[in-house]
Parts: sequence; structure tokens; C-alpha cells
Amino acid sequence: MDVLFGNLGEFLTRFGGTIALFVCSAIASLILGVVLAAMRVSPVPAMRATGTVYVTLLRNTPLTLVLFFFALGFTKLFFYLPFFLLAVIGLSLYTAAFVCETVRGGISTVSEGQAEAARALGFGFTQTLTLVVLPQAVRSVMPPLTSVQIALLKNTTVAAGFSVFEAGGFYRAVNERGGSTLVALLWVALGFIVLVIPLTVLQRRLEKRWSVSR
Amino acid sequence: MSDETVGASPPPMVRMAGVDKHFGDLHVLRDIDLEVARGEVVVVLGPSGSGKSTLCRAINRLEPIDGGTVEIDGTPLPEEGKDLAKLRADVGMVFQQFNLFAHLTILDNVVLAPTRVRGVPKAEAQERARALLDRVGIAEQAQKYPAQLSGGQQQRVAIARALAMEPKVMLFDEPTSALDPEMVGEVIDVMSGLAKDGMTMVVVTHEMGFARRAAHRVVFMADGEIVEDTTPDSFFSRPATERARDFLGKILTH
Repeated sequence: MDVLFGNLGEFLTRFGGTIALFVCSAIASLILGVVLAAMRVSPVPAMRATGTVYVTLLRNTPLTLVLFFFALGFTKLFFYLPFFLLAVIGLSLYTAAFVCETVRGGISTVSEGQAEAARALGFGFTQTLTLVVLPQAVRSVMPPLTSVQIALLKNTTVAAGFSVFEAGGFYRAVNERGGSTLVALLWVALGFIVLVIPLTVLQRRLEKRWSVSR
Repeated sequence: MSDETVGASPPPMVRMAGVDKHFGDLHVLRDIDLEVARGEVVVVLGPSGSGKSTLCRAINRLEPIDGGTVEIDGTPLPEEGKDLAKLRADVGMVFQQFNLFAHLTILDNVVLAPTRVRGVPKAEAQERARALLDRVGIAEQAQKYPAQLSGGQQQRVAIARALAMEPKVMLFDEPTSALDPEMVGEVIDVMSGLAKDGMTMVVVTHEMGFARRAAHRVVFMADGEIVEDTTPDSFFSRPATERARDFLGKILTH
């Protein structure tokens, strides 16, 4: 308890950093992932190819490497950005590949007839996708999509590796002050468990609300 | 538009000329010529696999064709893209499996296309949607989702959804084949009402009663060809070909 209460300020600010990283990356990865999924089912071959290459590249690269590229390489190659923003970009790009594949799985569960009905009414490809297919696809993949986002929440700790102020670095701060690293890690784990609970509740709520409309 | 004849009567609502279509080795449509006049109700009959469903779907190019032309109200169907989508908006289609948008309420199913394709203001579209749902007898279910309705009700909503676009012609692709027998009547009633109101209709169906009562013409298909094209009366009482006699013998003895 001393480890926690002695460092409560540190603990809370760090979890604040984790939440900020997660919320920004979650939003960005969901948007980018859905756009990528749309590209992968597009009738335009170049779009499909781009989507496929993106997913292959980002999904097959360890997150640590992606983040190191942004932490060390990006500023050297292009221009200066704060570490927090670089971490958000790295996490979003990486997670988007998984969101894309999950949503694409959802698209394949939507019956062909839904798209046909939309086309017969005069909708073009983009409208068919955004108004009819994607809303149903996303509803059908809520559980795996939540899992991808939970993984993202936990992946934010990797960002601790390059001085982003977040929960994963708590144990080091405690250690420097002479506290028990092990206990600190346990508190961090507990913190994450508490953070994941609202996500799970949100998933259940949405699943329940959408149960008739699928 | 390209028609040069002076003072000619308006073009047929649907015109298919020399339409060909293959599914791999299978020749599903062979040199189809078909014209449907304004306000005409054409019922397409034929054994399964005769190509009648493909013919219906080729009219709005949901099924791409290999050769020939399809014209709607004098305009040839363009390649897949914006212009084709625009033309499809004028062609209502009702499917065997209803295909109502599962994530939208009944009302929103009917409102979506007029607002998003035609740019009709939402309030106006909703008012018209309610009137249409009332016409097909589903007004009370407007806030429910498709899965909460029976098959017959869903199909009537699908008809209302197509009508909301104020189509020039309606295509029905086996609209009652997926229904429980006791629900066929309610859908046929709505279709008969439409026919009476002068809607141009192409109907692929196995409902011989509808063909007899509501059709102006019966087109009989076999093996991808139009074998007979005549009035319901002469088709049912004096079928001209062996294949038609065989078909009628099989369905009417049941």
C-alpha cells in the first residue's frame, strides 16, 4: 500500500498518460482501420493492393520496431514531433492493421443481398459500403474489435521504452525512489485490469443494443 | 434519344436486344429480345435454371451481360459507375430474400435511398415513407427492425422501399418464393394493387394465379431462351410449344 500511496501522484499522472495515449490511438486506429478495410474490398485494384501491402507490413512487424522507428527515425528523417504524438502515430498505424482485418472479417458476414439491394436503389460503391455494409460489419465484430482495442490499451506500455510518460514506467519511478519494483508492477497490473473493465462493459452494451438489428 | 423516327411513340420502358450471358460454360441467356411497354405487366415463367431470374437481374445490370443491349426508357445502360447508379434509382427491385437493411428500422429502410440518393429532405421522405408503409399495410411496425417482422411483412416493406424512389419500372425476382404459403397472398395483393395502378412491372414468379389475373403478357423461358411470349389466356389454355405444355402439366397437376 505504501508503494501506491507514497507515489499516488505519480501513479495517477502515469495512468492519465496511458489513457490519453489509448484514447487518441483508439480513435485514429478505428478510423484508419475501417478506411483500410474499405480499400481492401474496393473494386479498384490499386486500392486493394495498397491495403494488402499495408496490412502485411504493419501486422508482421513487431510493435517495438514500429515504435522505435517513430521514436528514433521519424524526427531524423522528417521533422520534430513530440514523443507523445509519435507514440500515438506508431500505435495507431500498427493497430489499424488489426482493426482492418477484423472489420474485413465482418464485411464477409454481411450477405451479398444487402449490397445488391443498396445498388439496386441507386447507391454507388462508397455509399453502399458506408451506409449499409460497414455498419452491419462493425456490429458483427464487436467482440474481436474490442479485443484489438484492449490489446492496444496494453500495448501503450511499450511506449514507455522511449520516455512517454505512461503507466508502464511506474515501476522504474518507484524503483528510483527505493520502493519495491514487484509491488509497483502489481499495482500497474491492477490498474490495467480496472481500465479494461469499462471497455468490456461498453462491448456488452453495444452487443445487446444491436442484437435485434443484425 | 438516338431514335430518329419523327413523331414516334415513346420508347418502350424496357428494351433488351440480343442479350447474351454465360456463367462459365453455362449459356444462361441466349440472344434475348424483350420489350416492355409503359404500364405493362409482364410475368416471366419457366422451370428453375431457365434463366428467368438472370433475365430479371440483367435489366438493371445487377447481373453483368456478355453481349447485347439493355435500355431503360430509351437510355442504354452504361458501364458500372455513377451513371449506372443513377439509372438504377429509377428501376425498383424486389428480391426473393427481401434484403431489407438489417441494421435500420422499417421506416429508415424506406427513407434511406430517397434522402441519400435523391436528396429529398428527411421530413418529407419520412412522411412519404409512412404513406407507403400504410399502403402496404405495415404502418404500425415502422419503428421495428426487419428481423422482428414476418417474411410477408418484410417483403411488403421491400416493395414500399422500392416505391419510395418513384421508379419508372419495378422488377420482382421471385418475390414470394421464400415465403411461407400463408404469407404469399398478402404480397400478391400488394403487387396486384400496383399492377392495377398502372405500374410497369416485370415479375419472375411461380404464382400462376397472379400471372392469370394481373399480367398483360406471359414470357415463358427454357434453357436461357424466350420460348413463348403471349397473353396469359393463350399461354395457359393453348400453350404453343411442347416445353410449355410440359411445364404447365407439371405445375398445374399439383
